[in-house]
Amino acid sequence: MFNYATRRVLSALPIAIIAVTVCFFILRLAPGGPFDGERALPPLVLQNLRAHYNLDQPIWIQYFNYVWRMIQGDFGPSMVMEGFEVSELLAIGLPFTLMLGMTAFIVATIIGVIAGIIAAVNQNKWPDYVLVLAVMLGVIVPNFLMGALLQLLFGVYLRWLPAGGWSGGNWLQLVLPVTVLAWPHAARISRLMRGSMIETLGSNFIRTAMSKGIGERLMLTRHALKPALIPVVSYLGPGLSYLLTGSLVVESIFGLPGIGKYFIQAALNRDYGLVLGTTVFYVMLILVLNLLVDLVYAWLDPRVRFR
Amino acid sequence: MAGITGKDRTLTAYADTLERLDAPKGRSLTQDAMRRLIANRAALISIFLVTAIVLIAFVGSYFVPWDGTKVDWGAIRKPPNFESGHYLGTDQNGRDLLARLLQGTQMSLIVAGVATVVSVVVGVVYGAISGYFGGRVDALMMRFVDIMYALPYILFVIILVVIFGRSPVLLFVGIGLLEWLTMARIVRGQTLSFKEKEFVEAARAGGAKPFTIIMRHIVPNLTGPVVIYATLTVPEIIIVESFLSYLGLGVQEPLTSLGTLISNGAPVAEVLPWLLVAPAIVLVTLLLCLSYIGDGLRDALDPKDR
Repeated sequence: MFNYATRRVLSALPIAIIAVTVCFFILRLAPGGPFDGERALPPLVLQNLRAHYNLDQPIWIQYFNYVWRMIQGDFGPSMVMEGFEVSELLAIGLPFTLMLGMTAFIVATIIGVIAGIIAAVNQNKWPDYVLVLAVMLGVIVPNFLMGALLQLLFGVYLRWLPAGGWSGGNWLQLVLPVTVLAWPHAARISRLMRGSMIETLGSNFIRTAMSKGIGERLMLTRHALKPALIPVVSYLGPGLSYLLTGSLVVESIFGLPGIGKYFIQAALNRDYGLVLGTTVFYVMLILVLNLLVDLVYAWLDPRVRFR
Repeated sequence: MAGITGKDRTLTAYADTLERLDAPKGRSLTQDAMRRLIANRAALISIFLVTAIVLIAFVGSYFVPWDGTKVDWGAIRKPPNFESGHYLGTDQNGRDLLARLLQGTQMSLIVAGVATVVSVVVGVVYGAISGYFGGRVDALMMRFVDIMYALPYILFVIILVVIFGRSPVLLFVGIGLLEWLTMARIVRGQTLSFKEKEFVEAARAGGAKPFTIIMRHIVPNLTGPVVIYATLTVPEIIIVESFLSYLGLGVQEPLTSLGTLISNGAPVAEVLPWLLVAPAIVLVTLLLCLSYIGDGLRDALDPKDR
C-alpha cells in the first residue's frame, strides 16, 4: 500500500509541473492582456505597470519566480482587481466552492448508488424506465440550461425555493445549485451501478447465498453491494473533477460566492494573473482529490496496487 | 399437346419468376449495418429530426418574413404572434426570434461540424501513429494524452478562448484541438490489433513505407469506431460551445448561437419566457437525437458489444 501510494504521488508530480508550465507560457506569450483597455495607455504608464507586475523581466526568470512563490502559496497579484492577491481571492472563494462541490458529490453518489440498485433489482419494470428517463435528462441537458429552467420553475413560478444568491446559512438556497450540479453525476453513477449490479446478481456466489435462504435484503447488503461498487468507485475520481469544474458554471448561474465567480470574471476581463492562479490552483486541487480517490480505490480493491 | 394439362403454363410462370429473381447476393458489412440501423426506431426518428433541423437551419432563413438583424420597432418584446409574422415572438431589441434561432442553430451546427472534423483528424493521425510505431514512441505519446486527460479541460478551453480573442474560427479549432483525446485512444487500440494482421505484414513485405501503411491500410479499417465516436463528439462540442457562449466567451453579437440565445433568454425568462424556451427546445432536441444516432450507430456497426 505504501509503495502504491508513493508511486501514485510521484506520477501526479509531472502532471502538476506540466500543467503549471503550460498555463504560464500560454498566458504570458499570448497577445493582448489586461492592460488593453478601450483606449491605449500612455507608453510610460504601461511601462510602469509592466514593471510593477514584473512583466518586463525575461520570461524564464518570471517563470521560475512564479513557481518559487507558488510553492510558498503565493499566486501573485490580480492584475485587474486592484490591491487583491490571487491567494486572498482564492481563500475567500474556496470554502464555498468546496462545500458546494462536496455536498453535490455526496448527495449524487448516494442517490446514484441507491437508484442504480433499485433499477437493477427491478430490471425492465417501471422504476427502471423512470431511471432511464432521469439519466437521459441529466446527461443531455447542459447544466446552464438545467439551472435556468429549474430557477424559472421553482424560483419564479412555484416560488418554493430561492432562485439564487447566498446569504450564508440559508440552506434552501443551496437546493437548486446542488441539484443542478449533482444530477449528471448521479445519472452516470446510477448507470454504472445498475450495470454492475445486474452483472453481480447473475453471478454464482449470489445464487449460492440465495439458495441458503438469506433473503433478498441481506443478500443485497452483505454479498452484492461491495463487488458491485467497484466500477462506481473508479468513476468517483473523474466524477469529482467534473463536479468541481461544473461548479464554476453553477456558481455563475446562481450568483454564488465561490472561486468560479472570480475565474469567469477574470477570464472576461483578461486578468491573466487571476486566471493563471485560479487554473493552477484548480489543477492542484483536482490532482490531490484524484489521488485521494485512487488511494481509497486501492484500499478497496487490492488488485489495483499490483498493476 | 401443350395446352391440355396447363402444365407448361405453370412451368413458364415458374421459369419467369426464377428469371426475375436475382442471383443470391452476399450482404456486405455496410448493408448489414444499415439494416440494423433502420430497424432501430429511435435512431431512425432521430436521423429524420436532425436532418430536418439542419435543413431548416440552413434553408429556412430564406423563407422567414423577418431578418435576424432587422429591428421591428412596432414589436419589441412581443410574444409569438402569427399576424405580424413573428412566429416565435421578438426579443428586447425587436428582432424576430425565429430568424435569430435559425441563425443561432446554423452557427452551433457549423462550430460542431468544424470542431468535430478537427478533432477526428488530429485524433486519428495521433492514435494511428502512436499505435503503429508502438514502444517508446507509443508510451511517450500516450503519457501526454494521460496528462491532458488529468487536466480540467474546460479551464483550458476558457484560457484558449480568452487568448484567441473570441474569433469564431479559432473557437472551432480550439474546441476541436481539445476533443481529440478519446478518439486518439480508441484509434490507438484498434491500430495495435490491426498492425499484427496479415494484410499489414503483406504491405510491409511489399515495401510500403510506414506512412503509406497507416494511411492506406490501417486508417480505412478504422471507419466504424471513428464514425461512432465522431457522432458522439458532435453533441459534446455543441454543449461546450453553448457553455462558452453562455459565459459570454463564445460567439459574440451580432452573430449568435444556441448558447448565446439561451444565455440572453435566461435572465429575462420570468417576463419573456419564449426567449428561453424556444432555443432550449432546439438545443435539447438536437442533443437528444444526436446521442440516439450515436448509440444506434454503435449498435449497428459493432453488434458484438451488445
